Amino acid sequence: MGSKVFAGFDEAVADIQNGASIAVECWGVTAMAQNLVAAVKRKGVKELTIITHNFIPLVFFEEEEVTNLTHLLPQLKKIISPVVGLQRLGAGAFIKEFVDKGLEVEMTSHGTLASRLYAGAADLGGFYNPVGVGTILEEGKEKRVIDGREYIFEKPIKPDYAFIRAHKADKLGNLVYRGVYRADQPIMAMAARTTISEVDEIVEIGEIDPEHVVTPSVFVDRIVKVPEGGLGSVARFREMIGKLAEIELLRKLLFK
Amino acid sequence: MKQRLDREVIAMRAAKELKNGDHVNLGIGIPNFCALYVPEGVLFQTENGALGYGSLLMEEELDQAEQCYTDAGGRFWRPAPGMAIFDVMTSFAMIRSGRLITILGGLQVSEKGDLANWNAGGEALGGTIGGGMDLAVGARKVIVTMEHTTKDGKPKIVKRCSYPLTAKQCVDLVISDLAVIQVTGAGMVLKEVAPGWSAEEVQALTEPVLILAEDLKEIDLV
Repeated sequence: MGSKVFAGFDEAVADIQNGASIAVECWGVTAMAQNLVAAVKRKGVKELTIITHNFIPLVFFEEEEVTNLTHLLPQLKKIISPVVGLQRLGAGAFIKEFVDKGLEVEMTSHGTLASRLYAGAADLGGFYNPVGVGTILEEGKEKRVIDGREYIFEKPIKPDYAFIRAHKADKLGNLVYRGVYRADQPIMAMAARTTISEVDEIVEIGEIDPEHVVTPSVFVDRIVKVPEGGLGSVARFREMIGKLAEIELLRKLLFK
Repeated sequence: MKQRLDREVIAMRAAKELKNGDHVNLGIGIPNFCALYVPEGVLFQTENGALGYGSLLMEEELDQAEQCYTDAGGRFWRPAPGMAIFDVMTSFAMIRSGRLITILGGLQVSEKGDLANWNAGGEALGGTIGGGMDLAVGARKVIVTMEHTTKDGKPKIVKRCSYPLTAKQCVDLVISDLAVIQVTGAGMVLKEVAPGWSAEEVQALTEPVLILAEDLKEIDLV
């Protein structure tokens, strides 16, 4: 087996074509695979479908400080996400020009998305969801009453790629996360056909306790190390925290 | 202008609904503040994968912030003994299993307990569905904190929601800046009013006809 370790992000995304679907976690950009997203932006592939949890513009930081999924907007055909925009930042107004040009937005709920990704990972045909009954989530979908309760039929999501921000990988590809980095990434890693992970540290085989492996190596195809002080690194985060205190609007969003 | 309850008081009143041993998910905004007032022994859950974490960091404590310890709203918290970290499948099994109490914000609540809190309707694109739909359906008790009226003084507690729904018939208790209202099969019961407000004044700003509780009183923070 050849090495899964790639020296750089551009090589790791080299085979991504126009029209690809990519799952990327974004619960607060600090836990997002920013370097892989930046590489896709550089590559310029178009007509992408992004599957994520939060699609919110980060108006407070420059693109070089923090790369966000919204920086990919001109390259997108479709967004699947439970959150698009924030009420206090004008909701989804920032996507209007792209929607007018044909960008599709599929809203869903966090829990529904998790289950759809799991269904994709486990090769299920779909599942019956009690969440979303009576809401827009029903639109265009089969409904069924089972034992007196209404359900909506949801189909699996099987992304072409998953970009995973993990903490540590061994050279086999076993992944360990940190805190809430984990979230939906283990599911995304299993659902995608090709899983690429950026990590703080790559260790030798045997250095990760089997009890601690969250994503087993079979699900991981490519590993790249986040450069010291690079996008999404802890050092970069500390710099941002320093700046955060000075940004009135951000402090309001987080603390008021 | 008569005084209404401020956010801290609403949060305090909502926190009173919790007791030792409860597991609670707190939404963004006023619900987040409830964390400051919960009794001992309440465990916080956040849908992005943590249970039993510690208190939220205040502005002055940002130097303690960790990239890996945030809640679903992006707020930083500190770790605590007994904390568990897990993925979203586990998280939403907790959320959908009736094991949690949820305190959510609301844009509108209907007489039957429908909740609308992710999109203000009209031409609004996108929205913040987040985990709200899952929490509204799955929690064993749904408490909504909200303003009683819009900025133009129109009721937000309505006969039928006009904004896109989060979930149908899910709300158990509404705590607004004017009142505490329980949703029951018989209708909405007015249980408490803000100091200085009469039941009639609260009714005038509420669309559904309110049933007055026998022990109707001023908001009780004791």
